[in-house]
Order: sequence, then C-alpha cells, then structure tokens
Amino acid sequence: MEVPILKQGAVLIATFQAALSDADLNQLRSALVQQVVRFRSRGVIVDVTAMDVMDSFASRTLREIAHMIRLRGAETVIVGIQPEVAFAMVQLGLTLEGVATALDLEEGLAYLNQKFKTTK
Amino acid sequence: MTISSDQDIVLARQKGRSLALELGFSSGDATLIATAISELARNIVSYAIKGEVALKGIQGSNRVGILVIASDNGPGIPDIRQALRDGFSTSGSLGLGLPGVRRLMDEFEIVSKPGQGTTIGVKKWRP
Amino acid sequence: MAKRDESSELLRELVAHLRQNRTQLREEWVGRISETRLLTAMTKEEIFAEATSVYDSYVEALETETFEALQAYARNLSERIIPRGVETHEVVGIVLLLRDVLARSLFAKYQTDFKKLNRILDAYEPAANRIANTVAVGFVQERERVIRQQQEAIRELSTPVLQVRERLLILPIIGVIDPQRARQLTEQLLRGIRTNRAKVVVIDITGVAAMDVTVANHLVQTVEASRLLGATVIVTGLSPEIAQTLVTIGVDLGKMNTVGDLQGGIEQAERLLGYKVMALAEPS
Repeated sequence: MEVPILKQGAVLIATFQAALSDADLNQLRSALVQQVVRFRSRGVIVDVTAMDVMDSFASRTLREIAHMIRLRGAETVIVGIQPEVAFAMVQLGLTLEGVATALDLEEGLAYLNQKFKTTK
Repeated sequence: MTISSDQDIVLARQKGRSLALELGFSSGDATLIATAISELARNIVSYAIKGEVALKGIQGSNRVGILVIASDNGPGIPDIRQALRDGFSTSGSLGLGLPGVRRLMDEFEIVSKPGQGTTIGVKKWRP
Repeated sequence: MAKRDESSELLRELVAHLRQNRTQLREEWVGRISETRLLTAMTKEEIFAEATSVYDSYVEALETETFEALQAYARNLSERIIPRGVETHEVVGIVLLLRDVLARSLFAKYQTDFKKLNRILDAYEPAANRIANTVAVGFVQERERVIRQQQEAIRELSTPVLQVRERLLILPIIGVIDPQRARQLTEQLLRGIRTNRAKVVVIDITGVAAMDVTVANHLVQTVEASRLLGATVIVTGLSPEIAQTLVTIGVDLGKMNTVGDLQGGIEQAERLLGYKVMALAEPS
C-alpha cells in the first residue's frame, strides 16, 4: 500500500492509511526525502490520523523522516495522533522527542507557516 | 497464526484488536493490546525470522481477559533480566520492546533458551 | 430416564398444588416476610406486589424447569429495589422463606403418605435450591454493576477537565490518585484536548498530597502523550515532596514545564496562546 504524497505550495503532505507495513513505511521515508529535494519543499506534514497502532518501528521511522528532512533544510510536523494511540505510545516509551507534533492538518499548516515566517 | 513477514505483523495486531473488542475491552485497551502484539510480532520477525502468535480469550475468577502467546525457534535471549531493562536492545532498534510490552499488559511471562527460541505470554484483564 | 420422568411428573403435581393454593400461600409468605422484618424499606403494598410476581415466577420456573425468565426477573427486581437500599441478606432471606412456606404446605398436604412426601421433596428441593441460587446471584451481580457504575461516576466527577479559554484546558487534580484513577484522568484529558482543540493544558496538582512512583510516572506519561497530540502541558502546584519523587524516577524537571501556582500557570498559558495570536495579526 503506497502512501499518497500531496504537494501544497511549499509543503508536502503525506497521509497514512490504517494498515501500513514496515515496507510501506520505508518506502514513504525515501519518497518523502526525494520529493523534498525535488520540489525544494520547506515543510512536511505527516498525517497519521488513520493509524490505529504506532509501534516502535513506526515511531522510529517517523523520527528518522523528521531528522532526514531537517538535514535537507525543511521542517516536519506529525499531525493527527489519536488520544488512544498517544497513550499506548508513551506506555511503550515512544515520545517522538525532538519531532514537532500538532493536533491535525490545519494546526500542522499553522505551525509550519509560523515557522516559515520566523525563519525567513 | 504464523508470523514471518512485516505484513503478518499488521495482520496479527488487527486480529488482536478485533478479538479484544469482541471480549468487551474498551477501544483504549484494545489499542494497548494491539500495540503489544505488534511489538511481540516484530521481535519475531527481526530476531527469529519466523514464529507464531496465538490469541485467546480467557476466563479468570470473576473476570475476562485476553492471552497473547508469541513463540519462535530463534536464537533466544541470553540474558532475560537485561532484556527486560529499559534501554536494552541487540538489533539496533529503540530497545524498548519488552519492558514496553510489559507496561502495556497486566501479566508478562517469558521463557527463553539460547539457541532454542523464545516464548512470551502476556495477559490483559478487562477492568 | 424413568427417574427423570417421574420427577417431572411430581413437579407437575407440585405446580398444580401451588397454583391452587396461590392466594393462601402468598399471604402466608408475605406475613412471614414482615414478621422477620425483611424488606423494611418497602411499603406493604409494594411487598405484596413483588411477592406476587416472585411467587408466579417461582412456580413458573418449577413448571418449565428453565431459569432464564426467573433470572431476568431477578435482575429487573434488583434494579428496582437496590436504589431503595434493599440488602443482599433480605433478598436471599425472602426466597428462603418462600421455599420454607412451600415446603411446609407440602408436609401438610402429604402428611398421611410419607413415601409420596419424600419423593415430592426429592423433586422439589433441588429445583427450589436452584431458584434461590439464581435469585441471589442475580441480585449480587446487579449490585456489583451498580457499585461499578457509581465508582465510575465518582471518578468522572473528581477529574473535571475545564475549558477556561479557547484552546486552554485546566485539569485540577484533588485527592488521592490511584493508578486506575490516574489512567482515567489521562484518557479524559487526551480526549478533552482533541474535542476542545486545546493547545495548552494546565495540570494543577496543588490538591494532591502525595504521589507514589507509579502515579508520578503516569503524570509524566500524561505530559508526553499530550505533547504527541500537539498540546503543551504546564504543571502547577508541585510540592517539594512530589518534585523529589519525580527526580527520583529520573524525570528531568528542566524539561517539564512547571510553574509555582495555578495563577502563574494560567498566565504562562495565556502568554503561550497570545504569542500565536500576535504573530498571526502581524502581516498588515
């Protein structure tokens, strides 16, 4: 199952589907990094609203995505983590430290726009 | 069910979630259970390549629960105590697998012999 | 097989007897109930009405030898009388009284034929005991359900998530927190963050006297989970003892957003929120 990546101005939006395998996640990671370079995007939003389980692998992949994209000079924000998923994540000790988070797509865009302004 | 690929991990946790909901767990608890199954199945794929995950509803005195058994014939865990300590990992993962799973569930049992494999049984009771 | 048929036949005879003498036996039973001072929370009329239904369900259970209808009735009865303060011993008591009243009527009827009496009792006793069991278990289960519900309600009340301003939630925690309550509190807060689209949460623990390691861990997890939803948490009212506990379990208090009191916490929250408002208004 491939994750669709949408280009919205300077921002790329990747929307997760419910049942992503490790291979899908790895594929997403490379696709995102490639596209950030190709479109000279300034921000990436990863929307995980549909994810009903976020285990250590998914969590680590999200961190790697954020770090790799930062190396390309862009910002990443993870949006849409469900309350129950967040609770399970912290029980597992997965806190996505160093990665920006926001409630939903709208908040994520607001966060990035804010960032763009202050770093112009 | 047999676990031998990352697709199986997704399948196992989906089955775990629906069984948990069938047993009357809240969706919050079902998420915790599905996450624990995901971690256990992942350990099988990354350390033993192939193994089994069994899911079962259980009846305690006065309460209902779910039992998850993950077993493999992989290399086994040489030092279980160390593996249960936060921050330990041998495959470069986050190293939070087992202690995390233990926190997600109510009961945790592990049997492992180097060279012969690992069996982990975890239970969660409906509050 | 033959034995079972015989027992069914005897039960039929018994049921006919109980139907025939319904008025008198019921009266006698109600008399015994008030004599023994059971169901004092109910009026005479209520007792009589319930006694009639119980009597009829009882006879029906004997007749059909199925207990589902009785079980449903017992649950329903319990649901009605538990809020009135009726106790377990009273419910068990009245069912046992009925068993005795009926047994005595059997003695009276068959006193001339001891063989028959014995056979009738052989058929009656197991069924009667099963009925008593069914009713008692039904009552206790219903009571447990009510208690659980009340506990739930009390817990909900004791952890209110308040919205004071748009995008700002306050969670004042008061009293003793056990792991179960801590868990519920977290779930409520996380849901609250989502439904209110909160950006800042102030958790005030001034009212918490002590916190063990488990609960302290939970507080930390709550802060982390809130951040995953995109909300910033400010903890206020941290006593020196609790601060010490947090340090002991390895929490970096420097990373946790703490402010002395609730007032200060709200002020900081408003600064955090206000910062955003100013920035959006800037570009003119």
